[in-house]
Amino acid sequence: MAELKIMEILSPGILTSIQDLGRYGYGRYGVAPSGALDPFSLRIANLLVGNRPDQAGLETMLLGPAIRVLADIVVAVTGGNLQPLLNKQPIEMWRSHNLKKDDILSFGSMASGLRAYVAVAGGIRITPVMGSRSTNLPSGFGGFQGRALEKNDILTSANPCRQLQTQTRVFNEAWIPHYPNRWSLRILWGPQDDHFPDESRASFLNAAYKMSSDSDRTGIRLEGAIIRKKPDIQASIISEGVITGSVQIPGDGKPIIILGETVTGGYRKIATVISADLPLLGQIKPGDTVGFSAVSLDEARRALTAVEEKVHSSIHKPRLCR
Amino acid sequence: MPLYDAPKFRIMGDRSLLVELGDEISSAINQSVQELFAGIDSNPSKGILDLVPSYRSLLVIYDPLCISLDEIKAGIIDIWKNPDQCRLPQPQTVKIPVVYGGERGPDLQQVALYHDLTPQEVIGFHTRPIYRVYMIGFTPGYPYLGEVMDAIATPRHETPRTLVPKGSVGIAQKQTGIYSVDSPGGWQIIGWTPVKLFDPDGQPPSHLVMGDRVQFYAITEQEAAQWLN
Repeated sequence: MAELKIMEILSPGILTSIQDLGRYGYGRYGVAPSGALDPFSLRIANLLVGNRPDQAGLETMLLGPAIRVLADIVVAVTGGNLQPLLNKQPIEMWRSHNLKKDDILSFGSMASGLRAYVAVAGGIRITPVMGSRSTNLPSGFGGFQGRALEKNDILTSANPCRQLQTQTRVFNEAWIPHYPNRWSLRILWGPQDDHFPDESRASFLNAAYKMSSDSDRTGIRLEGAIIRKKPDIQASIISEGVITGSVQIPGDGKPIIILGETVTGGYRKIATVISADLPLLGQIKPGDTVGFSAVSLDEARRALTAVEEKVHSSIHKPRLCR
Repeated sequence: MPLYDAPKFRIMGDRSLLVELGDEISSAINQSVQELFAGIDSNPSKGILDLVPSYRSLLVIYDPLCISLDEIKAGIIDIWKNPDQCRLPQPQTVKIPVVYGGERGPDLQQVALYHDLTPQEVIGFHTRPIYRVYMIGFTPGYPYLGEVMDAIATPRHETPRTLVPKGSVGIAQKQTGIYSVDSPGGWQIIGWTPVKLFDPDGQPPSHLVMGDRVQFYAITEQEAAQWLN
């Protein structure tokens, strides 16, 4: 198959990896989903360049990469504001850009949020593993050779789209997320909220946690109010499946919000972040303040429907690259 | 009460449902989880994204905009009431060769001392049972096997090692398992197997699956080298 070199990594930044919307269907084999930690931003980036929303893109954090463009391509940068630069000049996020061969795409310092996404029209050529192009970094498979991108890596595309068939696409400005330093995450109680006394649940909702700097793609560790379980029950539970957004309470009582690299665990989970707020988990940064508010299943559903409407109605009749 | 009279449902957010079938580690409960898992998996409803079976529960991950919680619960009750739908295949018994002790099994001596046994006796007790694969979890392809004989059941290390090499065979109380990829871990490492537990390109990617039976046998370092060839 014809393929074209599209990008050369000049410097990889802190952590840049290939991610799509995750690897589902392999939980029975102990395989966690991985995938973009802010899937909303990856989906919008893809739609802005005419891709299907589930294509693989680059996820980067904190300090982004420097990339030499090796062919005329179309890209969009979304997510946290890591100050993208084209040939050292700032470029707008949340819209598509036509890049020329030998352009340099790089990033300045982090202005808001934590993770940015780069989508390329026509997609990046990556062989899927178990149905996904996401990189499973802890176990070293999928994505680009099972690892984060490094200097001199070359990315290719099987069918690069050199020019969008419509004019530049721009995301509805009113819907561009703003990433604060203080977050309120909506949760549903459970599955083990009944293992905690009322006062623990109250202090969980009243707490203003700080995200710890030990956090990584496996979990957001929180410092603040200690959550105690009921005294007359065992220290851990029998291992069971977990999902992104599970808020687990280990023995030390400090909550950890599970991200996409964990499939089972033996800690109690007091609550679960609702689907509509999962993309926020990819943008909370160390030092940020995190609080929780409890909602009902109906409210969670309405919130998710509202997010999905933004995705589906924002880009008018996306024309796919063929 | 080992096995519940009916599945107990606990929501895990708005896109997954934990279905508990009992509240302890037992082969009967685990068998029921496996049957329920097979029943759903053989004819999955639209909107079900993943199934994670474990010791005594099944986690059903779904797209809440494609299928409702009530529909999922109804489907599970239906399978629960008609267990004939999910007859399981005869379990396969997989033999796993292990190099015990030495650098490959740095905790073998300690486990022997803990129980006032010789290392050879520990190996004898570890290789005697035919274990059940209760679940695959923690890392890709990592089997949780039970049950370890009381004579060698040993608690985890208080401080986990930061790196346990893949292939390491460990004990944690009445469980035994095999590290499938290099990872941190707190189990007592008594040996190492050259068998590859996880191959991302394999069909299936995990060498062992839930419900398999496993028996360990001792080999020498030289035999392990031949095994790898």
